[in-house]
Amino acid sequence: MTTAVSFQNISRYFGPVRAVDEVTLDIAEGEFFAMLGPSGSGKTTCLRLIAGFEQPTSGHMEIFGVTSEGVPPYQRNVNTVFQDYALFPHMTVLDNVAYGLMVKGVDKPTRHHKAQEALTLVALGSFGSRRPSQLSGGQRQRVALARALVNEPKVLLLDEPLGALDLKLREQMQVELKALQRNLGITFVFVTHDQGEALSMADRVAIFNDGKIVQVGSPEDIYERPNTKFVADFVGSSNVLSPAFSKSAGGPEKWASLRPEKINILPAKVKPSPGQQSASTKIVAVHYQGSVTRLNTRTVGGETINVTVPSSLGKFTEGDEVMLHWPQEALHIMAGEA
Amino acid sequence: MSLTRSISNFLFKHPNGFLTLLLAPPLLWLGIAFLGSLSVFLFHAFFSIDEFSGFIKYEFTLSTFAELFRLSNFDVIIRSLVMATAVTLASVVIAFPFAYFAARYARGKWKALFYILVMLPLWSSYLVKVYAWKLILAKEGIISWLAGELHLTWALDALLAIPVIGGPSLSISFLGTFLVFVYVWLPFMILPTQAALERVPVNLIDASSDLGGTPAQTFRHVIFPLALPGIIAGSIFTFSLTLGDYIIPQIIGNSSYFLGQTVYTLQGTAGNIPLAAAFTVVPIVIMGIYLAIAKRMGAFDAL
Repeated sequence: MTTAVSFQNISRYFGPVRAVDEVTLDIAEGEFFAMLGPSGSGKTTCLRLIAGFEQPTSGHMEIFGVTSEGVPPYQRNVNTVFQDYALFPHMTVLDNVAYGLMVKGVDKPTRHHKAQEALTLVALGSFGSRRPSQLSGGQRQRVALARALVNEPKVLLLDEPLGALDLKLREQMQVELKALQRNLGITFVFVTHDQGEALSMADRVAIFNDGKIVQVGSPEDIYERPNTKFVADFVGSSNVLSPAFSKSAGGPEKWASLRPEKINILPAKVKPSPGQQSASTKIVAVHYQGSVTRLNTRTVGGETINVTVPSSLGKFTEGDEVMLHWPQEALHIMAGEA
Repeated sequence: MSLTRSISNFLFKHPNGFLTLLLAPPLLWLGIAFLGSLSVFLFHAFFSIDEFSGFIKYEFTLSTFAELFRLSNFDVIIRSLVMATAVTLASVVIAFPFAYFAARYARGKWKALFYILVMLPLWSSYLVKVYAWKLILAKEGIISWLAGELHLTWALDALLAIPVIGGPSLSISFLGTFLVFVYVWLPFMILPTQAALERVPVNLIDASSDLGGTPAQTFRHVIFPLALPGIIAGSIFTFSLTLGDYIIPQIIGNSSYFLGQTVYTLQGTAGNIPLAAAFTVVPIVIMGIYLAIAKRMGAFDAL
């Protein structure tokens, strides 16, 4: 499989700040790749390095085998969908979409025809003569997408493109983006701080923290088998358990992660069935969230364990003593330090 | 309840009352003191002056307007128009790079320095500056001296030998008038241009570049159109200030008349209020045409 984007020990410093710190990464052609991390973790800088808005301080990077250090954005076959869409306010929607073709010298009838096709692709065929200011957020997002796609980029970069949309629209766009990527076969690199978005859309996810990639893998890998405390906590707010606790619960003496939804709950002092690991805890707080209820519990040893249970299971009260138990394989031992 | 508080409450419940209070003083000022007196004055353009008695004949006529097209009067209009256009174009060319630097690159103390540099000339008297320029441009002035030191006197002489815009010295030529106009009105071009450039979002420049636009294309298709309303605003200042000014051409230049001077003389010594009023209509009409063309060309699309 061809490598679309390759980072070899890429660093980008802003003064003393290491926005991207020795990142090595390969993104395959046709892949839907998500960069996930908290704000300031370096994911957006990585995207801007691929786009060419930033140049690496050190390291080597290639886009489809071509060295890209020193290559300006306008000479790269890569297009970006910006976080706030960055549509040109003084142009019509059609001219916005045709812009990339216009600067490449494509004649007016051809570029307008292609722009119209791209608008039709994102279901905005009849909006060409409008101004961006006359569109809703979701429509602008589609225009930004059409404007990038009309150039037939080899890699499409998306910088939190769904961040400004409301929940319903966001979920709809997630489905549409995924379908679009499958149909077009273009490599998508997607930056987000929303782990649900990354897990549901991407083929592979890279978790960023402090300018470094801490883990790369399939969504299942990242979610089920986090390799560090940071990943376990950041993705799906897993319980990060100390080596001492792991041991007392029946596992090895190592840092471990335990997903809140994998924990079952029994009344206090009830022995769980064999083959299960367990811990007796006291409920500290109850958060009703509709279909599920989230319980914060604490062991006698002071270990905090969050549990997500179906709300239909019954009513829980603060101060209740409960027995937590989970299948042995649910306790994931983390290889990484920290 | 205190008085201020009851006033606040009243205004909160009656938003229109608040707007009235807010707008009444400026509207009264603009409406009566400014537009009112201006229209009374302009109305005189429809009267004429009795050639024998020198009194105004209060009868409706278009003959005063027709007088504008007499060669000696039309000359003034054309001369002023050409000068105002030249001053405006030169101001744009000089102001733009400076404004661009200030908007896109200057930060912190550099930005403060920029504002001081632009505003500083506005703090000193306009008359002092114009007289200072007379000395600078005079035959014995620093420019002549510098040209002599650099063995460039021939170049200066060649410049002054150009018909129409040249003259015996820079201070007695249209060239000199032009230079001083540009100097005096430049801040009025720099500030709005800089403000407009500052409002061009960086991500639009990124987007253009991302879509394949070279820096020159990005400038032409994104930065310039978005800064255009600011440039137009600045050009309204430089254009109308040049059309209306009556001091600079009086001090620097070859004593040919410009619009402002003509109005000044007509309403003063000549006492020909109707013709002065007719002349005053000229810049208003010119500005109206200018703005209509600018609007049609899409200069305000980015607003």
